[in-house]
Amino acid sequence: MGSEVPGVDGMSNSPTPFVSSEVETPGTVADFLLELRSEEIPARMQAGARADLEKLFRREMEAAGLAVGALTVWSTPRRLTLIARGLPLATQAVSEETKGPRTSAPEQALEGFLRKTGLTKDQLTERDGVWFAVVEKPGRAATDVLAEAIPAIIRAFPWPKSQRWGAASLQPESLRWVRPLSGIIALLGGEVVDCEIGGIRSGRTTMGHRFHHSGEITIDGVDDYAAKLRDAHVIVDHVEREGIVREGAKKAAADAGLVLVEDEGLVIENAGLTEWPVPLLGRFDEAFLEVPPEVIQLTARVNQKYFICRDSAGKLANAFVCTANIAAKDGGAMIVAGNRKVLAARLSDARFFWEQDRKTPLSVHAEKLARITFHEKLGTVADKVERVAKLAEWLASEGIVPGCDPAQARIAAELCKADLVTEMVGEFPELQGLMGGYYARAEGLPDAVADAIRDHYKPVGQGDEVPTAPVTVAVALADKLDTIVGFFGIGEQPTGSRDPYALRRAAIGVIRILQSGVRLQLARAFRLLAGEYHLQEIDREFGSFEQYLAETKSFDESGKADPGVPDPFAERFAFKLDAGPAELAFFADRLKVQQREAGVRHDLIDAVFALGDEDDLVRLLARVHALQAFVGTEDGVNLIAGYKRAANILKKEGYQQPFVSSEVETPAHGISTSLDANGLGAETEYTREPAEQALVDALDAAEPRAEAAVAAEDFTAAMAALATLRAPIDAFFESVTVNDADPAKRAGRLGLLDRFRAAVHKVADFSRIEG
Amino acid sequence: MADTATTAASPLSVQDMILALHAYWGAKGCLILQPYDMRMGAGTFHPATTLRSLGPEPWNAAYVQPSRRPTDGRYGENPNRLQHYYQYQVIMKPSPPDLQALYLGSLAAIGIDPLLHDIRFVEDDWESPTLGAWGLGWEVWCDGMEVTQFTYFQQMGGFDCKPVAGELTYGLERLAMYIQGVDNVYDLKFNNHGVSYGDVFLENERQMSTWNFEVADTETLFEGFRRAEAECRKALEAKVPIAAYEQAIEASHLFNLLQARGVISVQERASYMGRVRDLARGSCEGYMEKYRPEWEAKFPGWTA
Repeated sequence: MGSEVPGVDGMSNSPTPFVSSEVETPGTVADFLLELRSEEIPARMQAGARADLEKLFRREMEAAGLAVGALTVWSTPRRLTLIARGLPLATQAVSEETKGPRTSAPEQALEGFLRKTGLTKDQLTERDGVWFAVVEKPGRAATDVLAEAIPAIIRAFPWPKSQRWGAASLQPESLRWVRPLSGIIALLGGEVVDCEIGGIRSGRTTMGHRFHHSGEITIDGVDDYAAKLRDAHVIVDHVEREGIVREGAKKAAADAGLVLVEDEGLVIENAGLTEWPVPLLGRFDEAFLEVPPEVIQLTARVNQKYFICRDSAGKLANAFVCTANIAAKDGGAMIVAGNRKVLAARLSDARFFWEQDRKTPLSVHAEKLARITFHEKLGTVADKVERVAKLAEWLASEGIVPGCDPAQARIAAELCKADLVTEMVGEFPELQGLMGGYYARAEGLPDAVADAIRDHYKPVGQGDEVPTAPVTVAVALADKLDTIVGFFGIGEQPTGSRDPYALRRAAIGVIRILQSGVRLQLARAFRLLAGEYHLQEIDREFGSFEQYLAETKSFDESGKADPGVPDPFAERFAFKLDAGPAELAFFADRLKVQQREAGVRHDLIDAVFALGDEDDLVRLLARVHALQAFVGTEDGVNLIAGYKRAANILKKEGYQQPFVSSEVETPAHGISTSLDANGLGAETEYTREPAEQALVDALDAAEPRAEAAVAAEDFTAAMAALATLRAPIDAFFESVTVNDADPAKRAGRLGLLDRFRAAVHKVADFSRIEG
Repeated sequence: MADTATTAASPLSVQDMILALHAYWGAKGCLILQPYDMRMGAGTFHPATTLRSLGPEPWNAAYVQPSRRPTDGRYGENPNRLQHYYQYQVIMKPSPPDLQALYLGSLAAIGIDPLLHDIRFVEDDWESPTLGAWGLGWEVWCDGMEVTQFTYFQQMGGFDCKPVAGELTYGLERLAMYIQGVDNVYDLKFNNHGVSYGDVFLENERQMSTWNFEVADTETLFEGFRRAEAECRKALEAKVPIAAYEQAIEASHLFNLLQARGVISVQERASYMGRVRDLARGSCEGYMEKYRPEWEAKFPGWTA
């Protein structure tokens, strides 16, 4: 015993397939056609369905061992079609060989191997003194593979929404599909692949266009499928239909002397709604053109899926292009007339809203905002508007947004949300801001105010333009900062992929606006807003600030907070006042993500943010840029090395800054240290070594230079000042022993290293720099 | 152009359109029912749809249901909006495999030629939180106008539909305006003897808009809501779920009237809707409970 018994434990030897080397010859492959016909598939789901069909088909074929080449997948509202050309007619025969025990191995080993493989001894093959189990697996007919795969694909299909239907739905586990499935064509090399699912049996018949064709169409195979459907008024290739919609709409506009406003989303949607698309141009009453063009476009697009047109001067024309699904007997005259009537009804609604809304000044609309909840813990939209107005006004009056009139900033902020309660925005929420701008201009408010109301949501997406008009900048910043501070205050900051209040987008918006050159210390804005949130919550909770004072003992007579008495109501407030650091860290994160694309190192952003007092993003980035340039130089690399060495020593020695700092008076050739935290002793004097003295001299020179440069925001100069420390620090480490036996020397040298570290920290926290 | 001329020359009147739909759906095996004698917001509320869509037994019915939406009242001054209008409702359980074809047949029966008019099935899923119901389907477009809501019920009263019913809801006035080529609902021909829709309903719209918005006594409405709620619960306890459901319908309409009177705040609104939903769901549950043994016996393997 004890000899090796390979193969019986079943751990080491898995079957090794040997693929028989048949050469594919004509006649061993065939083309496969699959059509899944159903009631109308939502247009928006068709692209996903095509991808899913291809993916599922490939997965099934791969699992079965059928090699799949290029696939063609088409969709119409009523069918999903897949064509696989050159599909092998059978999976390849496979010979699976499992290595067993040596023929010389004990009987138990062989028995175990036979049990495992399920074979008898005479079925084994012997080679070189070893038993092998060889199992020949014949190829499976592709027809059989497909007959199993098709129902599996249908069952596994990941529709965004699916339903049950018909008599079979008496059972809860009945088949689900996006809408009732009505037929399956499955033809391999022209032969039906027989399968059944949900009471539907595969075959070779399909249906043509709903209205242009009646009766079944019999399909021979891949080659006549699309052509026979075309004869039955179905263009099965969605790309071809998209082309017809795109070009047809353009031509319809051009024929009328107009230019189509191209819209690829509408092209795809209309192609997904039709099997035989026919773009038709219609006109609407010119009187509707008094309604803002964005409203007309949205009405036409969203509600009716129409294209709109411009005249040669680029102005919106009184024309639309709809896409019919039939080649109408009358050339489409009645269809156009019907669509015109529907659009007219929609536009008269829009015009009614436009007229109705303008009868009331925005300031009166704004009063209704007190009835709309912003967030249950953060008060109403009217509360938000008041905070935004305060901050916008402050940004203007502090000169943070240069050239901004504080009064205009306040008015614009007070009115910026008023359009939310107008009829038009109620109907078309995507017109928020835009309508407010129109209404503001219509009632004669200054352009700067109207523009600010219109654009204060900007920038919305990455490609969206960043506002530059001063009043707009003030309101746009205030609105976004208010949202961020509010939700952080109630602990609703984004986590992972969850960002329900779009705070990341708001932060990026703030960052992009600031990058246009607005010098704002974020922490000041955070504090101001947090104070407003808190006061508003006091008003809501206690009715008034006076009532709050009366009920709490944490304030003295004059109303000043008494730090000795904790606020007994602190728990009662949903909005917490201590989120400032988290907010700043959140901005740092957003900035890192944003700057990554520009090639700015995230650790350098950290190194500057870690200073704790840098919350002006413009200055911060200037620092980071200078730092990035510096750390790429030889001086930079060596200074970092020196810094890290100094920091390590300080850490290792448990160095803490003395209670009384050593900066008081520094005698010419000595150092006086008072009693320090490490208990290293009282004042001592010793004579510095030359390298030590050189470092002191270098610091004496560099510190004021760096400080002045930072103050002047000349960060390149600050880096240059630091660079002068590189040689002295290297020399210091070269020749000076920090851990001297003399405690005075040791203390003095540690103090010097700490001073060096502090000098570097004036520019950035080098400990955050990686590498 | 001959086709256009004939279609335009003899479009159906409102009442003939209803009669044509009755004849059509009656011939397809639907019971032709009459409107339910209660005020309700939509044909779906009719017990012939809500309650009968529950359970395994086949059910095919068609009916007109006057629908009341107090907040849509415009004192007869808006050509498209009414506080009282007609829905034509078809319910077929289980949904037949050719329901779309049957529906298109009904359009042909009232004079819509699908080679002159562009008929489209555009995704539109239906949900009624009040009834605890949802389904998938389409809004059917005729030349860009929504003329019918077509839904495969998936749930009703919080219960999975086993089997699924197909529901068609035609907006009769819209369809009639379309067929008759009329821009103002009050100009519709109600019959072929000179009576217009306005002759029948204009004054009704004026007076009912006034009552809905200005006159209805809100205290009476609130009291009515509370009573309907209490009565519904009483009926549920007494195991008469059909009676309970009537009270749910009543409460739902009284809530709509209170909305029109503008006395329900935004915050209260959700709470009232929740109360109506509880009544409607409770009624559906009571109905299921009552018939469950019978259904399970008749349909072996069926479970609620």
